[in-house]
Amino acid sequence: MFFGGASDVSGRVDAVFLYIAALTAAFLVFITALMIYFVVKYSRKRNPNPADIRSHAWLEVTWTAIPLVLFLSMFYYGWTNYHYMRSVPRDAMVVKVTGRQWAWSFSYPNGKGTSELVLAVRRPVKLEFTSPDVVHGFYIPAFRVKQDVVPGQTNWTWFTPEKEGVYDIECTVICGVSHSYMLSKVHVVPEERFKAWYFSDAVEPPAETAEAASGGPLAGDPDRGRLVYAGKACATCHTLDGARLVGPSWKGLYGSRETVVTDGKERPVTVDDTYIARSIRAPGADVVKGYPPAMVLPHSLDDQEVADVVAFLKTLK
Amino acid sequence: MSAASAAKPYFEEGRRGFLGWVTSTDHKRIAILYLVSMVTFFLVAVALGVLMRIEQLTMGQTIMKPTTYNALFTLHGVIMIFLFVLPGLPAVFGNFFLPILIGARDVAFPRLNLLSWYFFLAGALIAVASLFTGGGPPDTGWTFYVPYSVKTGTNVTLAVFGAFVLGFSSILTGLNFVTTIHRLRAPGMTWFRMPLFPWSLYATGWVQILATPIVGITLVLLILERLFHVGIFDPAIGGDPVLYQHLFWIYSHPAVYIMILPAMGAISEIIPTFAHRAIFGYGAIAMSSMAIAGLGSLVWAHHMFTSGLSDFSVLVFSLLTFLVAVPSAIKVFNWVATLYRGSIELTAAMLYALSFIFLFCIGGLTGLFNGALAVNVHIHDTYFIVGHFHYVMFGGTGFAFFAALHYWFPKMTGRTFSERFAKISWAPLFFGFNVLYFGMLVLGAQGMPRRYYDHLPQFHTGHVVITVGSWFLSLGVLMMFGNLLYAAFRGGRAEANPWGGVTLEWTLPSPPPAENFETVPTITAPPYQFNPESAP
Repeated sequence: MFFGGASDVSGRVDAVFLYIAALTAAFLVFITALMIYFVVKYSRKRNPNPADIRSHAWLEVTWTAIPLVLFLSMFYYGWTNYHYMRSVPRDAMVVKVTGRQWAWSFSYPNGKGTSELVLAVRRPVKLEFTSPDVVHGFYIPAFRVKQDVVPGQTNWTWFTPEKEGVYDIECTVICGVSHSYMLSKVHVVPEERFKAWYFSDAVEPPAETAEAASGGPLAGDPDRGRLVYAGKACATCHTLDGARLVGPSWKGLYGSRETVVTDGKERPVTVDDTYIARSIRAPGADVVKGYPPAMVLPHSLDDQEVADVVAFLKTLK
Repeated sequence: MSAASAAKPYFEEGRRGFLGWVTSTDHKRIAILYLVSMVTFFLVAVALGVLMRIEQLTMGQTIMKPTTYNALFTLHGVIMIFLFVLPGLPAVFGNFFLPILIGARDVAFPRLNLLSWYFFLAGALIAVASLFTGGGPPDTGWTFYVPYSVKTGTNVTLAVFGAFVLGFSSILTGLNFVTTIHRLRAPGMTWFRMPLFPWSLYATGWVQILATPIVGITLVLLILERLFHVGIFDPAIGGDPVLYQHLFWIYSHPAVYIMILPAMGAISEIIPTFAHRAIFGYGAIAMSSMAIAGLGSLVWAHHMFTSGLSDFSVLVFSLLTFLVAVPSAIKVFNWVATLYRGSIELTAAMLYALSFIFLFCIGGLTGLFNGALAVNVHIHDTYFIVGHFHYVMFGGTGFAFFAALHYWFPKMTGRTFSERFAKISWAPLFFGFNVLYFGMLVLGAQGMPRRYYDHLPQFHTGHVVITVGSWFLSLGVLMMFGNLLYAAFRGGRAEANPWGGVTLEWTLPSPPPAENFETVPTITAPPYQFNPESAP
């Protein structure tokens, strides 16, 4: 855990973690070694005549006082760094985060709405969380940041991302069948690129970082895509002949223009590789108008399978 | 003694057969009823755990769908917590040995005691029924957090009602034990002449009486919310989900101490017997039990540091959490000091007891990470927490249960078991345990959230390693119980005092007769008088 820290908070959390780890490891080794030493040295064979030593006042006082002092130091160190995590700088950018079953959406001060978080490196950000349904947990392990997302109240956290890159966002409170697929990413980019993105119409994160994360686009195979379609229960809701089921038919879908609902707002999209990938990864993020946000993801698709599905869709004219 | 050894064993007294067992109010027979039902539930929950680990062996679907997985971790938690860890030591060893250790012929209310077992069984059956009725097994986790538990279509209502009924079993047992200790001590058995296991049951009893009604009421409110939408917890109709978390943990954190205190008490009996010397710091151990019960009732919100509590509450609850660690540390020091200048026999029971100290230390020490606020933010709701509480509850309470089972087995059954095989089973159990749960600590620190059906690629290696650990662990569990099960029917005859213990149960024949004592003993000295002449 001590590598991969990527925010101002992560260094502080790791410092407290290491402090406690060092003390507790020393304690554990000491107690265990002492126990083994006594068991060997005072075995029935070596020491047949035990002594009833019932207590020792000073020993009791010592081993009450020393742990107490050490525990209080851990408490203090934990508290001061927590206090830092609760003191937002005034210039922090505020992003509103909605957690719903089972997707994250982000709303920027200028009204831009996204399903992945894009941030400028070294610029403090305050996240404000709400949920329309059940309790979720917003967690970026690399930043050591977590906050429960509780319906009926607005919780918040803040941090400053310090390293460029793409990091995972995970849900940490059980919220139903697709809890473990309630994932997203945070893209940390240089200030200039963030600005260019922020004032553009793009809702997808800046391309370079997205591709850097996945190691470039994968080549899809339509035949394997057909197997995925059959094997991962896609067919339950999506037909191949244009008939409408729970979800849109895949016939002629690729390349078409659709109106989707993102975070309560309607917007047009072209059905392309990125859109399809996102619909699979975060089904609740952009839902085609007129369809229920019903897609469940009990079947995780890896990147190759997603590429295969896209290739398969391209063949369905 | 000759008159006592001529007496019939308790299980041959009175009515025989199945009806005899389920209608007897003998505290020892009730203990055996609990033992059999609990070990059964424990093995079922272990099997569920192993299935969950197999599911994590590959990314994506391995052997089950997410709905099944979510039901499994809920059931695993509910069964382990409510049907094994929580009632385990008090109901089995407390029932069997509390009256004997204080020189009584039974508990204060024997019929209430049998009723408690019926409540236990009824609660368990209701919980089992919830799997096959309504919307199927609950998928909320054992904590039943609202509003998800209000909205889910699964059969939360019946499962929660089962937990409610189990609560009565716990309250009545606590009440019975507290009354027994106050009223039925043998002549001369003053408070500070009581052995330490009764002391720990006394502290536990008070927590059971005072805290369990809160969770009972909370669970009823949850049922009302589901059935009638009264608007207490569901924010959509004006309720407060965080209120539920408070009410739930006001009970469920003290419940952790209901689980661990009797375990500490049992360890405090086993270590002096096999070190053949008086326990070190009797007063400190007895009083630290009371301190844990008291302070432990005031730390519940440390389960909620990231839920949006005020910074001031967070500060107070973190401080109290660190304070409650002190009495636990005191106990560990006293146990280790008891080994000093002892004459130690490393029997199977002692091996399990010393493993308890090691594993409980890791459990307690990882608790310090959770208590430190800055670190808590990172590891809350991850595998780190799962690893931590398995070290406390399985490494702590579970291993203490195993130690107590080996220690008191000859007394309870009148049979001896294979020491050698018991020690051989310890090896895979201890090894698998540490691979599984230490692995969880590492995965959690790396950011693996709990209750995840699937995992991201960076966690894959870790998941494979700990799944293999779970196989060793379950192999050890099966070997250990297999050995004892064999011994219960085929073992040799046990002596009255096979270990050289000095507490009252060892003055009785193995197994003890009904009503325990022919003449109630008169106590003239503090407990653990192994070598009175050598005392400094």
